[in-house]
Amino acid sequence: MTFQEITDMIAGQFPEYAITAETKNPQPALVVPVQGIAAICRFLHEDERLYFDYLACITAIDNGTAADTMELIYNLTSIPYGLDLTLKAVFPRNTAEASLPSVPTVSHIWRTADWHEREAFDLMGITFEGHPDLRRILLPEDWEGHPLRKDYDAQERYHGIYVRYEDGKTLEPSTDPDRA
Amino acid sequence: MSERIKTGDGGIILTNAEDLMNWARLSSLWPMGFGLACCAIEMMATYAANYDLERFGIMPRPSPRQSDVMIVAGTVTFKMADRIRRLYEQMPEPRYVISMGSCSNCGGPYWEHGYHVVKGVDRIIPVDVYVPGCPPRPEALIGGFMKLQEKIRGKQEQVPELFLEMEAAGQPAALS
Repeated sequence: MTFQEITDMIAGQFPEYAITAETKNPQPALVVPVQGIAAICRFLHEDERLYFDYLACITAIDNGTAADTMELIYNLTSIPYGLDLTLKAVFPRNTAEASLPSVPTVSHIWRTADWHEREAFDLMGITFEGHPDLRRILLPEDWEGHPLRKDYDAQERYHGIYVRYEDGKTLEPSTDPDRA
Repeated sequence: MSERIKTGDGGIILTNAEDLMNWARLSSLWPMGFGLACCAIEMMATYAANYDLERFGIMPRPSPRQSDVMIVAGTVTFKMADRIRRLYEQMPEPRYVISMGSCSNCGGPYWEHGYHVVKGVDRIIPVDVYVPGCPPRPEALIGGFMKLQEKIRGKQEQVPELFLEMEAAGQPAALS
């Protein structure tokens, strides 16, 4: 099945969503609205002609404050049919009520999305609605902020240790004789 | 070469206790067996057959309580920093620290954008010897140990300050 056939199939199944195909690059991608992510993924996973049973990766991109958008990219593979599909969702960096964006989870469709989404939350601050266990996965629990966001400012100290290189340089030389 | 027969009535060595203790200490530096990143691979190569650290009496110990020296071999992240401090505190005195490689010396390639890296392990524990390199070759690590041995050789161990303070305050000298 070609990319065009998959596109037509999804467009026919979800007439309420505006779905565009990006075919300029060697790897074509489907751009889908963010509120339709969970429904479209469920269809892709369960339809007998497609059966995308494997979610290889979820990538999160911060396009910066000028563009004011973020992106999620889902790389899907159908192992029985040997198909690959890339889904993209573009959404604003902030929601009206919160400074961080919110996206529906797909962790109930693919178990592997659980940790992928936790990583995106940890480093990018994307909240996944309906995620069963949205905690930080890499950084310590008491870390402040989401470091891969473009507007990230490193905290001054972590557990009393200066985080930035320059901050430590302005420190008074230690009087500890062991450090001489 | 003529054969020397052991007769049992050997010679006499005159020394002082301090030099003897220092000599004993520097001849059996037992590092703590732990590594943090790619420098640890080079450290393991230094332990292994080709470079054979054991010929200097250096062999890794599985517990901080049996170790004399800590080789901080690799990138120190903030998540690991608390653990390293804890391990250092568990080592009996006198204890020494070798900072191995650029990352633990100053943050290395992570000095500017590495939000997760402690910019030098000397921000959390006192360091005796810095070994430069990314990663340092086994020769460089051996050089670091030589430097540390030199440092110990000239050392005059002092009574811990806490002990002196307690004595001055009239408390029983034995630590409870």
